[in-house]
Amino acid sequence: MLSTALIKDFEALLGKANVFSDEADLQSYSYDSAVLNPVTPALVVRPTTTEQLGKCVKMLYDNGIPMTVRGAGTNLSGGTIPDKSDTVVILTNALTRILEINENDLYAVVEPGVVTAQFAVEVAKRKLFYPPDPGSQAVSTIAGNICENAGGLRGLKYGVTKDYVMGIEFFDATGEVVKSGSRTVKCVTGYNLAGMMVQSEGTLGVISQAILKLVPPPKAQKALMATFADVQDAADAVAGIIAAHVVPCTLEFLDNNTIVKVDDYTKAGLPVDAAAILLIEVDGHPAQVADEAVVVEKVLKECKATAVHVAKDEAEKFKLWEARRQALPVLARCRPTTVLEDATVPRSQIPAMMKALGEIAAKYKVDMGTFGHAGDGNLHPTILCDRRDPEEFARVEGAVDEIFNVALSLGGTLSGEHGIGTAKAKWMEKETSRGTIMFSKRLRKALDPKGLLNPTKLVGI
Amino acid sequence: MSDLNSLAQRLMALDDKLVACMRCGMCQAVCPMFGATMMEADVARGKLALVSNLAHRMIEDPQAVADKLGRCLLCGSCQANCPSGVHIMDIFMEAREIVYNYIGLHPLKKLIFRFLLPNPGLFSLGMRIGAPCQGLLFKSKNNVQETTAAPLLDGILGARHIRSLAPKSLLALEGAQDTPAGASGIKVAFYPGCMGDKFYVSMGQACLKVLRHHGVGIYMPKGFACCGIPALSSGDAEGMLKEMKVSLAEFAKGEFDYVVTPCASCTSTIKELWPRYAGRIGEAEQAQAEALSAKTMDINAFLINVLKVEPKAAPADNAVPVTYHDSCHMKKSLGVVREPRAVIGLNPGYRLVEMAEADRCCGCGGSFNLFHYDLSRQIGQRKRNNVVASGAKVAAAGCPACMMQLEDVLSQNGDPVEVKHTIELYAETLK
Repeated sequence: MLSTALIKDFEALLGKANVFSDEADLQSYSYDSAVLNPVTPALVVRPTTTEQLGKCVKMLYDNGIPMTVRGAGTNLSGGTIPDKSDTVVILTNALTRILEINENDLYAVVEPGVVTAQFAVEVAKRKLFYPPDPGSQAVSTIAGNICENAGGLRGLKYGVTKDYVMGIEFFDATGEVVKSGSRTVKCVTGYNLAGMMVQSEGTLGVISQAILKLVPPPKAQKALMATFADVQDAADAVAGIIAAHVVPCTLEFLDNNTIVKVDDYTKAGLPVDAAAILLIEVDGHPAQVADEAVVVEKVLKECKATAVHVAKDEAEKFKLWEARRQALPVLARCRPTTVLEDATVPRSQIPAMMKALGEIAAKYKVDMGTFGHAGDGNLHPTILCDRRDPEEFARVEGAVDEIFNVALSLGGTLSGEHGIGTAKAKWMEKETSRGTIMFSKRLRKALDPKGLLNPTKLVGI
Repeated sequence: MSDLNSLAQRLMALDDKLVACMRCGMCQAVCPMFGATMMEADVARGKLALVSNLAHRMIEDPQAVADKLGRCLLCGSCQANCPSGVHIMDIFMEAREIVYNYIGLHPLKKLIFRFLLPNPGLFSLGMRIGAPCQGLLFKSKNNVQETTAAPLLDGILGARHIRSLAPKSLLALEGAQDTPAGASGIKVAFYPGCMGDKFYVSMGQACLKVLRHHGVGIYMPKGFACCGIPALSSGDAEGMLKEMKVSLAEFAKGEFDYVVTPCASCTSTIKELWPRYAGRIGEAEQAQAEALSAKTMDINAFLINVLKVEPKAAPADNAVPVTYHDSCHMKKSLGVVREPRAVIGLNPGYRLVEMAEADRCCGCGGSFNLFHYDLSRQIGQRKRNNVVASGAKVAAAGCPACMMQLEDVLSQNGDPVEVKHTIELYAETLK
């Protein structure tokens, strides 16, 4: 239990309206998007200035209280679920100022709680582009994206969040300000601590400010959709497109189960017999886009696509993408619980991965739909189940374990973009090494001697 | 404790619906309450978690959960944008009923929902006495919204700027109606709603004028009660059933092809909620409510889709800019989006200019406004800002509750923007 004196101190610092101690409020910060058990924190605090944020960290450190920092709470691996009942949750969603968008030097400076999509809109108003587009971008926060190294649909061509982080200011566990990186393209002053903070899942420090890279937006786009009778053909097409030196901004994949379910729900007339659909979008200079669309269409036909549709205009493009937009919503409606995985393999291994996923689904008798980012091998096998049925959920957990095994055996990774959190922590050593775990733990211990920053996440401290 | 157990058991009936929430948090993007407070317990995901926790005895404080449930406009934005299709509005309505059954309804609410609103004669009498007396307390703000404020009633009305009660209700002015179909060959039951009958009487008259102009027969008896949405939103299904029963009996006495209302909330209640609750009164009522539901439509939709009224001229060069607010019940419940805009287009004296976030909730939320006025104003201010930024001289809506909220927030800011029902704009063109 927290002392009432400490709660009073927080109230004095932040105002009563920003300190939540009622049970009902506390319980609403006990979960995130991961399919894990909730843990109710002891207190929730909401600083409204970065100065207050630093003071909160210091007060908690001085009192030896564990802390979990939370943006929108959309984490899919449990990173924002409190570790234990004496955890204090620090909210960043009142720190939402965009401090600068520099159109000459192509960067922006933001506070941690800025919502990704709102930021992208502000940037677009100034005719610039912030490409990372995680599925939760309508609500997710920039600091959350940084701490998870969030990806999205545009990863293949534009990279992920880490490729846009130029600098970070953060509070270390004790509340001291640490600065790394700068507003310049080049900066080698000291350790690349900004890089270290990326995908650190709230275990190394508390971000108070970020400098983000912006790029000029593409002037034109073109979207294509192709259907395949065999997953191997679709994978050949992906490899063929890259081999032809075309890097699409998005290259998305839907498997048969997903196609059938989406069509059943939307009655969109999708090819329900197809083994796979690829959705491809190229962007850039209009002349380049036109050339690349021709190349892509040629490759698709050579790779035995049973049909290829090229969107003639924005309206057609919107229609082509409807199937992809509906993939997760439709799958999520099928059963009460949606277990969304993100095991990732080198893109040449997609057919092997898809074959294995089919076998796993049959072996564990689970309903699985798979869609995802074929261009970067980041698939989302999505298991539809009911968590309330222990027998069924045990089979789901068995299937998930085997998905990780297969992904690793194919030279892939546990998580392309959802993070480790507590959900995948036990698998870390298998993908990396004992030395990696020890090194990470020692790093944490050195930086956070009391072990207070999101202590059970990632490798544990 | 055993009481808490039975409360939990009743809430477990919602478990299949509750478990569909995958906690993705996308409701944060559209929830007007969350937009104002940025607190997780104010967004659907948080409330669904709390109802689920109460059902599973993980929280033992029903009052706290009830308070959180009450901090919701029931605008349905979350449900309309929910990736996993959770029936959030059903859950909230049913949870409010179960929880308020347990902790008991506020005595004032009980009086209003179970005694005043089901009793149209009594309700009208109260209004008749109230209207002439209001001049003693309410002071006109002398503005285009024609609102008043009552500093002496601060304890009850807060700082609200509200329209004064009409000296005579629509029914008192027009009398009960039962006219045969004219040139259109169609007869409608016109359900004015409490606000259409008692506050926005000129709006109600505009509707009757439009219907008569198009040769539509009108059935409007004296005995319609409240549609029941205020009671049901407060968890008082009993009050709602009482009110619905009175109105069903009135509907049974008339013959008509459609039920038409100028209030999006009444329309969506009759269309969507009556069939779901009427079975609790009896089988005959259930059948009647289902039949009524199929015939019920918003008056804008009736004009455009049934009467097929078309514009006679394009907007004039000096047309007055008007912006349209998509009421939540109109767009998110009924899916009526195009028709009210088309009705504005029927008057060449007006030119439609879209505001930003036209379908974002105005913050009224019916009785939400009574119990959470500060939040309501805060949410309304964003709507006001969008209205003013559009440059419109008139803000139009298809729901009197939204009109009342728009009038309050615009009046509070001293903006020279009139608030009108879409039908009023069209009625101006008719003799």
